[in-house]
Amino acid sequence: MSERYSFSLTTFSPSGKLVQIEYALNAVTAGAPSVGIKASNGVVIAAEKKQKSILYDENSIHKVEQITENIGMIYSGMGPDYRVLLARARKIAQVYYRRYQESIPTIQLVQQVSNVMQEYTQSGGVRPFGVSLLICGFDNERPYLFQCDPSGAYFAWKATALGKNHLNGKTFLEKRYSDELELEDAVHTAILTLKVGYPDCFYVDDFNY
Amino acid sequence: MSIMSYNGGACIAMKGRNCIAIASDLRFGIQGQTVGMDFEKIFPMNDHLYLGLTGLASDILTVSERLEFHIKLYELRENRKISPKTFLSVLSNLLYEKRFGPYFIEPVIAGIDPKTRQPFIASCDLIGCPMEPEDFVVTGTCATQLYGMCEALWKPDMQPDELFECCSQALLNAVDRDAGSGWGAVVHIIEVGKVTTRRLKARMD
Repeated sequence: MSERYSFSLTTFSPSGKLVQIEYALNAVTAGAPSVGIKASNGVVIAAEKKQKSILYDENSIHKVEQITENIGMIYSGMGPDYRVLLARARKIAQVYYRRYQESIPTIQLVQQVSNVMQEYTQSGGVRPFGVSLLICGFDNERPYLFQCDPSGAYFAWKATALGKNHLNGKTFLEKRYSDELELEDAVHTAILTLKVGYPDCFYVDDFNY
Repeated sequence: MSIMSYNGGACIAMKGRNCIAIASDLRFGIQGQTVGMDFEKIFPMNDHLYLGLTGLASDILTVSERLEFHIKLYELRENRKISPKTFLSVLSNLLYEKRFGPYFIEPVIAGIDPKTRQPFIASCDLIGCPMEPEDFVVTGTCATQLYGMCEALWKPDMQPDELFECCSQALLNAVDRDAGSGWGAVVHIIEVGKVTTRRLKARMD
């Protein structure tokens, strides 16, 4: 009964690249834009919720999700992959709480979620996740903003944009970002960043502490 | 014969003013026969966190080793010292995992919180029920005697020297009324940035 693959589908190319991960990153870049900005007293994450048709029930789409009281998550890329990671992240957070009776520090959650994403680049019969996550949190009395990539790599950002138009978004943020940004300004900047490349108006979900 | 009194032993921890005392006897026995007189039952987990264990000797060693393993990995992973309260949760979880085949130990924790610098003491039963009193914790074959001594001698906000006297007298006089404990004692006084360890001259019987 050998229905299970025991070999990895993510294999090296002669140039030393993992092509599946490159393609996963393409899936991310093709996804809806999302933005994260660290302010002096909090973090803002936001995403575009534009649907292909007006017939879609917008209220049923949840992109910005809470993991714990202090930690939230947003993504660019494939929605279904996001849901799987969201569930894993929530479980990781609760397992931590069960053991230590303490809320999981953001960096610990990020490391463990990234580990999960890395597992899917080196296991049998699975493909990498087609999402890049933006995880924002507030602990140790300071804000944190991290990106988790399909490869399993994670980066700490002061501000970043993912998805379509991420290059324009990042350029915009490079000009507009400052370390003394207050939360209100950060929200405003996030919305403006999402609008870069979109002349028309749309609704935005955001989530900040 | 109870499994908890097979090896004998006693442990005590007391809170003082910005300091804590944790002490144990040194006896290692096999039922009636004393086999060792240098079996310390207090284990440092890090500079400011001490764990005391009484009960079955092999479980004392196993649990202290397992906890040390956990704590070291925690400190490497999280890049910070574990707080005594969190350590209590780790211990409690570890013991409850073995709910239906428990470790035969009764632990005592004494530590100083790395952030708030507050003294902290706690103890658990053998399946991990935590207890965080404000004054003292006692475990061992002479727990009853220890409770009596502590109630009589303890008062709040003692300075390190006074706390040392109080803790030592409580331990010494309690183990002298118990066949399973004694044969020497060791006391650790933990303050912020300083730990003083002293061995007590005790009745060797």
